[in-house]
Amino acid sequence: MNVLTPPPALKPQDFASDQEVRWCPGCGDYAILKGVQKALAEIGARTEETVFISGIGCSSRFPYYMSTYGFHTIHGRAPAVATGLKLANPALDVWVVTGDGDGLSIGGNHMLHVLRRNVDLQILLFNNEIYGLTKGQSSPTSRVGTRSPSTPTGSVERPVSPPLFALGAGARFVARTVDTQMKPLVAVMKRAQAHCGTSFVEIFQNCIVYNDAVFEDFTAKDVAADNQIVVSHGEPLLFGRDRQKGLRLRPGRLDLEVVTAGVDGVGPDDVLRHDETSPTLAWMLAAMTPPEMPMALGVLYCDPAPSFAPAVVADSTAIPTSPPTPEALNALLRRGHTWTIAD
Amino acid sequence: MSSTSTASTLAAPAALAGHRQALESAVVRFAGDSGDGIQVTGGRFAEATALSGNDLATFPDFPAEIRAPAGTTYGVSAFQINFGARRILTSGDSPDTLVAFNPAALKVELADVKPGGLVILDTGSFNERSLRKAGYAADPLTDGTLDAYRTLRLDISQLTLDAVKPFGLSQKDALRCKNMWALGLVYWLYDRDRRPTVAWLERKFAGRTDLAQANIAALNAGHAFGETAELPGDLPAYVVDRAPIAPGLYRAITGGEALAYGLVVGASLAGLPMVFGSYPITPASPLLHTLATLGQFGVVTLQAEDEIAAVCAAIGASYGGAIGVTSSSGPGIALKTEAIGLAIAAELPLVVVNTQRAGPSTGMPTKTEQSDLYQAVFGRNADSPLVVLAARSPADCFDTAIEAMRIATRYMTPVMVLSDGYIANAAQPWRIPDIAALKPFPVHFRTEAEGFQPYHRDPETLARNWAVPGTPGLEHRIGGLEKDYDTGHISYDPANHQRMTEVRRDKVAGVARDIPPQRPESGNDHGPLAIVAWGSTYGPIARAVAVLRAEGLDVAHIHLRHLWPLPADLGDLLSGYDRILVPEMNTGQLLTLLRSAYLLPAEGLNKVSGQPFKVHEIEAAVRARLAAQRSSSPEGIER
Ligand code: SF4
Repeated sequence: MNVLTPPPALKPQDFASDQEVRWCPGCGDYAILKGVQKALAEIGARTEETVFISGIGCSSRFPYYMSTYGFHTIHGRAPAVATGLKLANPALDVWVVTGDGDGLSIGGNHMLHVLRRNVDLQILLFNNEIYGLTKGQSSPTSRVGTRSPSTPTGSVERPVSPPLFALGAGARFVARTVDTQMKPLVAVMKRAQAHCGTSFVEIFQNCIVYNDAVFEDFTAKDVAADNQIVVSHGEPLLFGRDRQKGLRLRPGRLDLEVVTAGVDGVGPDDVLRHDETSPTLAWMLAAMTPPEMPMALGVLYCDPAPSFAPAVVADSTAIPTSPPTPEALNALLRRGHTWTIAD
Repeated sequence: MSSTSTASTLAAPAALAGHRQALESAVVRFAGDSGDGIQVTGGRFAEATALSGNDLATFPDFPAEIRAPAGTTYGVSAFQINFGARRILTSGDSPDTLVAFNPAALKVELADVKPGGLVILDTGSFNERSLRKAGYAADPLTDGTLDAYRTLRLDISQLTLDAVKPFGLSQKDALRCKNMWALGLVYWLYDRDRRPTVAWLERKFAGRTDLAQANIAALNAGHAFGETAELPGDLPAYVVDRAPIAPGLYRAITGGEALAYGLVVGASLAGLPMVFGSYPITPASPLLHTLATLGQFGVVTLQAEDEIAAVCAAIGASYGGAIGVTSSSGPGIALKTEAIGLAIAAELPLVVVNTQRAGPSTGMPTKTEQSDLYQAVFGRNADSPLVVLAARSPADCFDTAIEAMRIATRYMTPVMVLSDGYIANAAQPWRIPDIAALKPFPVHFRTEAEGFQPYHRDPETLARNWAVPGTPGLEHRIGGLEKDYDTGHISYDPANHQRMTEVRRDKVAGVARDIPPQRPESGNDHGPLAIVAWGSTYGPIARAVAVLRAEGLDVAHIHLRHLWPLPADLGDLLSGYDRILVPEMNTGQLLTLLRSAYLLPAEGLNKVSGQPFKVHEIEAAVRARLAAQRSSSPEGIER
């Protein structure tokens, strides 16, 4: 009997290219690179079927460091290039790597439309709240007051929230994770890859050079437990050092509030359970910011819907496996009114 | 005055031919409100004309506004047809016959009509209100406006109402038949067969027999009116003989359709599916509309969020092993520019169609011009060469699109195809080719992992290998950053950048060796004067040169499809002429290319009015130059 031997499983390091990684030492990108490589190995991905597409910026160097196929495109346009690639070959596993400037400023329009089309690919948005590659200007996610070479007296623009943008655009998978948290990062990557449709993942990424420690308010060791909540579908929304804090609907108002077990008669049943199929809950979770509320991490929203490429391709009666025959083309050209001029 | 006849009483055209004046060609224009069914009328006339064996060319002139108010000059819709017993190359300089359905149409179109031409008017549409709307201070029927023309003033509205009375239509529906009444009259005037139109009406109104019968009755009534009414004595009826047209199967085709079919056929000759990314823009959208219906022929169309996404999706598709195509008009092409540079750097095949329109910025979207040649050849940052082709006529769009596909895939390069608003909308009869007779140019993707480097080149074409994601062992990274000549890795090495810039230039320049020798369309390969041109000026120039050469004037016509690189032998060819005249619908863009490439004292003839050249304008320019040349030449002085 002829048994197909499965190709040998790849290890994380098999997803690394031979190129020297050139991010600044200590940049959060390193950890994300490792995490993605680990996730791919755990998924059982194949390098030849995996494509990383990026725009411009520090994060967008990512494809060069992967042993998969990769296309480092132009500023902000990776989602559009990736959409075309998926139309040409829907079988490929496509990852878009972008940043807050690339994905939400110059490429904001493409981000909107790739999400609403629900193209089956993963978008990893490395959010460092700054322009790194162009040397430190404020970005669309920079907080009010951010001092930068372009905002010497502090930025006055209000930042955009990546997950709220994604939800507003109709994303069906929205997750959030942190560069240095390897385990949850790998788990989120795997969920994102498994999701059919566009998976939007915001990764808090520390730019050690231009915006160091900007996420310390919820990632620093001493505050992390109290200022972040890792959500998990079906589980109670608990956090805090001893998981004694929880989220519940504020009585009389569509809003979340933090409660502490045993205080004010709050019992375990008063705490909300995470329902990742609820867009309203996803919205409320994504909108929480420390210090008043914990930063929500994990899969905030996942509710699959029909994806774009299969729909479009089906619309077009599928990309045929072989080009149309001369007979079919002759028939096409002769469609409609024709007449013959005799000799 | 009303009279009806039925299809069975059709007079055999030949029976009347004896009383008719034979014409070599004629130009007819129908004009009225958008709601008057002008385009339908013109389309039917074109069909009947094609079936009568004439050669023809048509041009629709739609109002720029989608639903312009009725009766206004900016709401006028027109359709012009030039047909003849000879080869027809343009939709005609000026109408011999104008059918004006309302005062606004008369106001807009009259100036174009030949002096002494025939103006057919629906007097039923002339009243104080409609005259005011059209901007007439006085009644043009009585104030001498029409003195220079022969006129046929008929209450077509009333004649139509009378003709369709038996069918009990509402007043509104009944009046909508007046285009058929007028068409019937013009059929009589030019001796066209009504039967194809009758058959078409029966098909179109299959579910509404009353409408079908009413329209047919109006058509027949208009025709019968011509036959029986006492028309002014200076109004002869005409006959236009069959043209010497190559035998074969024909259809009418617009440039937009021909481009769409050419792209589909070209992709199939390359053996590739096509992904077409586009964003709506006038006058390029018909290409998207046609391709959107051709899914079963291996076309996926994406109406992208913007011009940039459209080209980027096409690039992504080419990266994935399909052929990416994008289309727009000048302003949209400007937005795509950076991405086209990416395709040049990544060395991916890409076809970019530019259906040019008039003016900088938004300009005049519905008017034609060929002023994007600089943009096509030079309009990118850095040394970013690509291949530029131009179509000369609606039917030529088919062949040009196939050539674009061939070059893009063979050379791994973007190819820009220039069409324009005139070509895109104009229609001409097209002898339908047999696809099986076209030479395929199948693409061979790289699959061999041994020795693979993404930027290794074919020594002849300098095209890099096309290795498609999904192929085991060929995983690689490409992008817009400069690449090492050998490995394709990022490189900032000075000598390498010099080498890569040169190889990109040489690759595109090398296409010149892969195109047919450039011959004159007509005329000798040397002589006192050659016209060199590109794009949609072909029709008027070819017609003018035919007329001039028939008179014995020595003028040649060279028409370029390949604009960048220029044909390898063009310099030699041009050196055989004393003078070079370059007519263009811009201020001298090909002229600049020719002067800089060959250091020629070429001279421009430039028109940027949003209107195509007229045949007589080209004729006059040639005559003036030949006359000047004769008088200044030694022989001329002797004489
Ligand atoms: S500038 Fe910032 S984001 Fe960019 S590589 Fe350096 S540390 Fe990382």
